[in-house]
Amino acid sequence: MKQLSENILDIAENSVKARASLIEIILEENPLLNTLSIEIRDNGCGMDNETLERVTNPFYTTRTTRKVGLGIPFFKMGAEMTGGTFHIESKVGQGTVIGTMYHTDHVDFIPLGDIASTLMTLIGGAPEIDFVYKHTRGEKEVLLDTRQLRETLGDISLDTPEVLIWIRDYINEMYDAFNN
Amino acid sequence: MKSLAELAAIRDKMKGKVGIRADHDDDTRIVVGMATCGIAAGARPVLNAFVELAAKHTEKHVSVTQTGCIGICQYEPVVEVMEPGKDKVTYVKMTAEKAAEVFEKHICGGKVVTEYTIGTAHK
Repeated sequence: MKQLSENILDIAENSVKARASLIEIILEENPLLNTLSIEIRDNGCGMDNETLERVTNPFYTTRTTRKVGLGIPFFKMGAEMTGGTFHIESKVGQGTVIGTMYHTDHVDFIPLGDIASTLMTLIGGAPEIDFVYKHTRGEKEVLLDTRQLRETLGDISLDTPEVLIWIRDYINEMYDAFNN
Repeated sequence: MKSLAELAAIRDKMKGKVGIRADHDDDTRIVVGMATCGIAAGARPVLNAFVELAAKHTEKHVSVTQTGCIGICQYEPVVEVMEPGKDKVTYVKMTAEKAAEVFEKHICGGKVVTEYTIGTAHK
């Protein structure tokens, strides 16, 4: 993966497949410590302990088309390469929390990249699921909650192309303010 | 600055359209592979290019959807175009630029872009 936002897309797709109704993607930056943490929380089907122990192994996958599963191993590796950490907790019937911490001043830290495209892709692929995206740095915040968008949209689906484009542009504008 | 008022305007515009075509069986479907292999190979900009083109050309009745890994990871990003009554066309090693070309020539012009299909890539 060339951007952390691609890892986020890949990991959140697992939450979609776990039939979550709410997926939260929370990013917190600490500019004093030069760290970034990413956490993806879902209320999907969860995993038992045996599965949980195997998911960081590249030779474990639930897919039937091939024998390797690299999503979680890539996510974990990306964090550990910066001297950061990885964690995952899950409970059957309750959901999964998966997170990473990065040292942003490390040479192997890859940029967040195009997070607006990631959200557009996730929401477009699973318009029935609610997504909360929150990125904070001190007092600054970027926040998107599809429950709020639904109130405005009524019975127009979130995967309407015009709506997805609006979401992408909205996120990008929030980031313009966030980064200045 | 984007606002919720703008989103409400999109809603009102769409409401007028929804009633006209309740049935989507005659839609052209564009399916983009979005598993780890697809994403790592650059499927995200390909998907979003198609979404943008579908929004621009609503008269073409195109729906853009995502799928998992279909088992040909070495050819990702993979895109399948399914038109009602026609054979499925599989495009491989796609980019946002190739997506624009496929949309223009195949979806709008009715002509398959053979050089990007899996049949050509196999040779």
